[in-house]
Amino acid sequence: MDFAELIRSSTRAVRTNKTRSFLTTLGVIIGVASVILLVSIGAGLQSYVTREFESLGSNVLLISPGRISFSGGPPQNVEAKFDFDDVRNIEKLGEPIIRASGMISRGVTLKYKSKSYYGTVAGVDYDYPQYGNTEIEAGRFFSKSEQERSKMVVVIGHKVYTELFGEKGVAVGKDIDIAGGKVAVVGVLKEKGGGFGGGGGDENSYVMMPVTSASKLTGIKKPAAVTVRTRTAEDVPIAARKVKEYFYRRNLTDDDFTLMEPKELLNTINSFLGVITGALSGIAAISLVVGGIGIANIMFVSVTERTREIGLRKAVGATYRDILLQFLAEAIMLSVLGGSVGILIGTGLSLLMGTFIETSVTGGSVILSFGISCLVGVISGIAPAIRAAKLDPIVALRWE
Amino acid sequence: MIKKVPVIEFVGVSKEYGNPNEGGAVVEALSDVSFVVNKGEFVAITGPSGSGKSTLLHMIGLLDRPSNGKIYIDGNEVGDLNGDALANLRNQKIGFVFQQFNLLAKTSAMRNVELPLIYRGMGRRERWERSKTELEAVGLGDRLSNKPSQLSGGQQQRVAIARALVTSPSLLLADEPTGNLDTKSGIEIMKLFEDLHENGVTLILVTHNPEIADQADRQIVIKDGKIVRDTGKK
Repeated sequence: MDFAELIRSSTRAVRTNKTRSFLTTLGVIIGVASVILLVSIGAGLQSYVTREFESLGSNVLLISPGRISFSGGPPQNVEAKFDFDDVRNIEKLGEPIIRASGMISRGVTLKYKSKSYYGTVAGVDYDYPQYGNTEIEAGRFFSKSEQERSKMVVVIGHKVYTELFGEKGVAVGKDIDIAGGKVAVVGVLKEKGGGFGGGGGDENSYVMMPVTSASKLTGIKKPAAVTVRTRTAEDVPIAARKVKEYFYRRNLTDDDFTLMEPKELLNTINSFLGVITGALSGIAAISLVVGGIGIANIMFVSVTERTREIGLRKAVGATYRDILLQFLAEAIMLSVLGGSVGILIGTGLSLLMGTFIETSVTGGSVILSFGISCLVGVISGIAPAIRAAKLDPIVALRWE
Repeated sequence: MIKKVPVIEFVGVSKEYGNPNEGGAVVEALSDVSFVVNKGEFVAITGPSGSGKSTLLHMIGLLDRPSNGKIYIDGNEVGDLNGDALANLRNQKIGFVFQQFNLLAKTSAMRNVELPLIYRGMGRRERWERSKTELEAVGLGDRLSNKPSQLSGGQQQRVAIARALVTSPSLLLADEPTGNLDTKSGIEIMKLFEDLHENGVTLILVTHNPEIADQADRQIVIKDGKIVRDTGKK
C-alpha cells in the first residue's frame, strides 16, 4: 500500500466515526493547547521582565538591606543597617560611580476630600525621572531645592489620580492627605501600560515625594533600596566591589546588604521562569499521556470491531506490514489531528490572554507540540496495530 | 479441453489441530487428501458440517498450511511460505467470494473492488479502470459509487465477485456464495458463476446445498476429513 493510499484510507476511517474521533482526540487537544498556552505565557513573562530590566538601564547596581537569596524563601523586610549618610558616602566613592540614590516606600492611605485610595508612597530623588521611563502628564516633578528643604510636595501616579480626582479632575495645586499629613500635588504621572496589574512595582498606584519629605512623613530613616549608577554597564562589577569594600569598612557583613546587578538578576529570574514554565508545561503534558491512552484504547476497540475487515484485507493480499501501517496511520492521524486543533486553540487562547498580559507563541513550542503529538500517535498506535497485523485471517474471517 | 493444466493440486494433505505438547487432544481435520483441479474446471466441494470442508477451503485458499503433504498452485509448491508470502500469493492467484460478502461497510463498490489491487501496489488510474470494467462485467456499471448498505444482497455479492475477479486470479474460490441470498438472487448469482465458467474461469465452490452442487461439472464430497467421492476422478 503506498503512502497516499495510507493517508486516504486512514482519513476515511477517522471521518467515518466523527464523534468518536473527536472525543478520542480531546485529550491530545487539551494537552497540546495547554502546553502552547503555558509556554506562551512563560515566554511573554520573560520578555516582559527582560524589557522592564532593560528600561532600568544596564549601568545600575541595586543595593537592598539584608540578605536576599533566591533559594531561601522570600526576602525579609529588614530595616537597613545603613542610612542616607552611607548613600551619600557611596556616591562620593567616585569613579565609576556617578550617582547613588536611596529610596523608601510604604503603603499608605491617600485621601482627597471624601475619596480615599490605598497606595504606596515612595521617597525618591529629584532626578528619578531622568533614569526610569517615568513621564509627567500634568504639572512637574519635584525639584532639587524642594528635596533639600523637605517640602511636602508629591507627584501622583495615574491610578491614584483617577481614584482621587476622577478622569477629568484637576489635581495639580490641590492638597491631599498622606498618612495624616497635608501634601501638595505638583504633578501627575502618565499612565504606564503593559504591566501585570497590581504588581508591587506598579507606578500607577504610587505617589512620589522627595525622599527627605517622605522620611519625615513616615518616620522611616533607613533606605529600603539604593540605586547606584555607573558610567557604563561594564563598570557595574567595579562599582559593586567598591560598595562592598565600603560596607565592610563600616563593619557590615554579607548578611546586612545584597548587591544586585540587573543583568545577573535578569538571568536568574529568567532561568527561574524557564523552570516554572517547564514544570507547568510538564504537568499540562500529562494530559497528552492521558490522550495517548485514550487513542490506544479506541484503537484496540477499533481492531476488535474490524476483525472481519482485517481478515478480508489479509485474504485479498494485505501483508503484516500493510495492516500494521494502516492502524498505525489511523492512530497518528487521530493524534496529529488533535495536536493541530490543540495548537490552534492554544494559539487562540494565547492571543486572547494577550489582551491582558503579554504572551508569545513561539515557533519552537508549536513544532515541539506537533512532534510530540506524532509521537503520542506512534506510541499509542503501535500495540493495537501489532495486534491487528498478527490476526490470523481464518480466525478473523470467521469472527462474528 | 485439449490439454489439462493443473491449477491446484493436493498430494496427501492432512491437517491436525491441537498441540499434544500442551496436553490437548489432536484432531485430524483432514487426512490424506489428494486431488487435482485443472484450468477451466467448475468443482463443487460438499459435505456435512464438521466434515473438514472449511479446513479444505482454507487450504485451497492458501489461508492455512497443511500439517503433512504438499499443495501446488500453478505447479509451484506452496510449502513453508511465511504469512506475508502467502498473502502475496493469495493476492496473485486466488479470488475469494464469501457467504457474508465481506465488503467494507461505508465504502463504495469501486473502492471495495479495487482493494486487492491496492495491495498489489497498482497505480490509482489503472486500479480505477480495472475495477470499473469488472463491476460493469457483473452488471453493476450504474452502481459504482453505491455503498453496500445501498445495494441488495445479490448486488453486494456481485460486488464481491467483481472484487475476486479484478486480479484475474488462477482460481475463484466461493464459500456458500448463495447462503445469504434469497432464492431469486441465488439463482442469478449461480447463473453468473456459470457464465464465468463458460468464459474459462476456474471455479471451486464450497456448499452444503446439493442443488447448488449439482450445477458444477464435478463434485468432491468430503466426510470425516476424507474424500469419499470425487466425480472427476478417472
